[in-house]
Amino acid sequence: MLTIATGNKAVAAAVKQVSPEVIAAYPITPQTEIVEQIAEYVTNGELKSQYIPVESEHSAMAACIGASITGARTFTATSSHGLLYMHEMVNWAAGGRLPIVMANVNRALGPGWNIWAEHTDSMQERDTGWLQVYVSTVQEAYDTTLMAFRIAEHNDVLLPVMVNLDGFSLSHINQSLETVDLGDFIPPLRLPHAIDVKNPRGYGPLTGPEDYFKFRWDIERSMRDSVKVIESIENEFFRRFGRSYGFTDDYQCEDADVVVVSMGTLGKEAEVSIDLLRKEGIKAGSMRIRWLRPFPKLDLKGRDVVVIDRDYSFGYGGILAEAVRSTCRAEPYSVIAGLGGQEVTYDDIAGFIRGRRPGEESWFGVTPDV
Amino acid sequence: MYEIRIHSRGGQGGVTAAKLLALAAFRDHKYATAFPFYGAERRGAPVVSFVRIDESPIRVYSQIKKPDLIVVLDNSIMDVVDVLHGLRPGGKVLLNGTLPHDMKGFQTLSVDLTTIALRLNLVVAGSPILNTPVIGALAKMGIVSMDSAKSAISEMFSDDRNVKAAEAAFQELVL
Repeated sequence: MLTIATGNKAVAAAVKQVSPEVIAAYPITPQTEIVEQIAEYVTNGELKSQYIPVESEHSAMAACIGASITGARTFTATSSHGLLYMHEMVNWAAGGRLPIVMANVNRALGPGWNIWAEHTDSMQERDTGWLQVYVSTVQEAYDTTLMAFRIAEHNDVLLPVMVNLDGFSLSHINQSLETVDLGDFIPPLRLPHAIDVKNPRGYGPLTGPEDYFKFRWDIERSMRDSVKVIESIENEFFRRFGRSYGFTDDYQCEDADVVVVSMGTLGKEAEVSIDLLRKEGIKAGSMRIRWLRPFPKLDLKGRDVVVIDRDYSFGYGGILAEAVRSTCRAEPYSVIAGLGGQEVTYDDIAGFIRGRRPGEESWFGVTPDV
Repeated sequence: MYEIRIHSRGGQGGVTAAKLLALAAFRDHKYATAFPFYGAERRGAPVVSFVRIDESPIRVYSQIKKPDLIVVLDNSIMDVVDVLHGLRPGGKVLLNGTLPHDMKGFQTLSVDLTTIALRLNLVVAGSPILNTPVIGALAKMGIVSMDSAKSAISEMFSDDRNVKAAEAAFQELVL
């Protein structure tokens, strides 16, 4: 069905169709619309999930973990401080190999108190063993949420997946949305290590120095295996529904002398900058990173690279710039822009590319001439 | 790409008007996005909403800097906000009611949306509903088709007074 919806409503629509057995969530701006909509679906009978309105995000993730270990399909959504409040349980979900799907509406961290888009919240959960994907349109938010369940629940993965969408700029924008008839795209979940009262086992026991590292390696092995799984689920999604996205969303990169790398809605806005620059005769391209974990192999050889970070690691640098620097052996021009919803237009991004200074870092609105 | 900025006060329905307009444009088989600028929302505070309409997919997320059309749902906002800011040369303005202000030579149209809403008793929490009649006025201006405007309103509101309000504004707006 074709309609218009916000990013939040698109996520809720996808969750309704997947129909998880258990949803536990706590509202926080700008994610609230997701859990409000899901609660409404449950109240009016459109969604048969058990909805647990918990008292905190830590409890939300704990409830999802408890439900997931019984083999139930689970979903939660959060943002910013809510995500950080559940941080301990976020680690536990991945270590427990539980295919929980969570939508995180990217929002800045306080103080100063700020409800607008920034990626530092999910970046602080980067090393927890969750797969992380960042979307840029309402349609992509819907499609990716559907795919997230299949990827998380695949036997070669069995890791939780976090679907990230920019606060307000995507969570609250109305765009067209085509919902699909799922058919058997989401089969019943069969968690191989689900609790079975007929076959009692111990969960989460003390794991000594002789064994612990093996479990950590097993997470990494699955993270590496997830690359093929993501590809195959994307291919299946394309065959069934006609849309696919890839690890990166590349725009005019083939012959580009300079590529701008970014995530989320800024990555879509950057495509308009590329059109502007191409008209000026500058061979520029845009590469929007979708999957941050597992981090994709990027082909940026022989080109100038400009990385836009909507996040920061204090005392070090832009987190995406660092990933590009270390995996591509590139010397990117690192631009820190869009923090706390700072307005960044396609004209601004075109300016970053024209005025690039490889190897340097600039803060948009702070560094002179940026 | 056609870009519209809507000025209203919290509670008057400017955000919903933007969404209705985008939905109507979408029903016209065009691409559209609608989004408000989110600040510290409260009833009565000035609110700005944006709509983009285009023949091809819209990849711009930043705020509209140079609108083609400015819609003002509450003329008293013009005392505190420069609503004409950034309006493109040749751009248009649609006001709710009389024209007491200097519109700096921009083509300005007006229709009394408040009276239309009150006449139909379209009032919620003491505020006349302006977001459905304004879509009728915008249809008269050719921004969307009247069929799509009515279909968008019916999709979002079951009370048929909303469609009647749009029809009244369509008839009463003098181009």
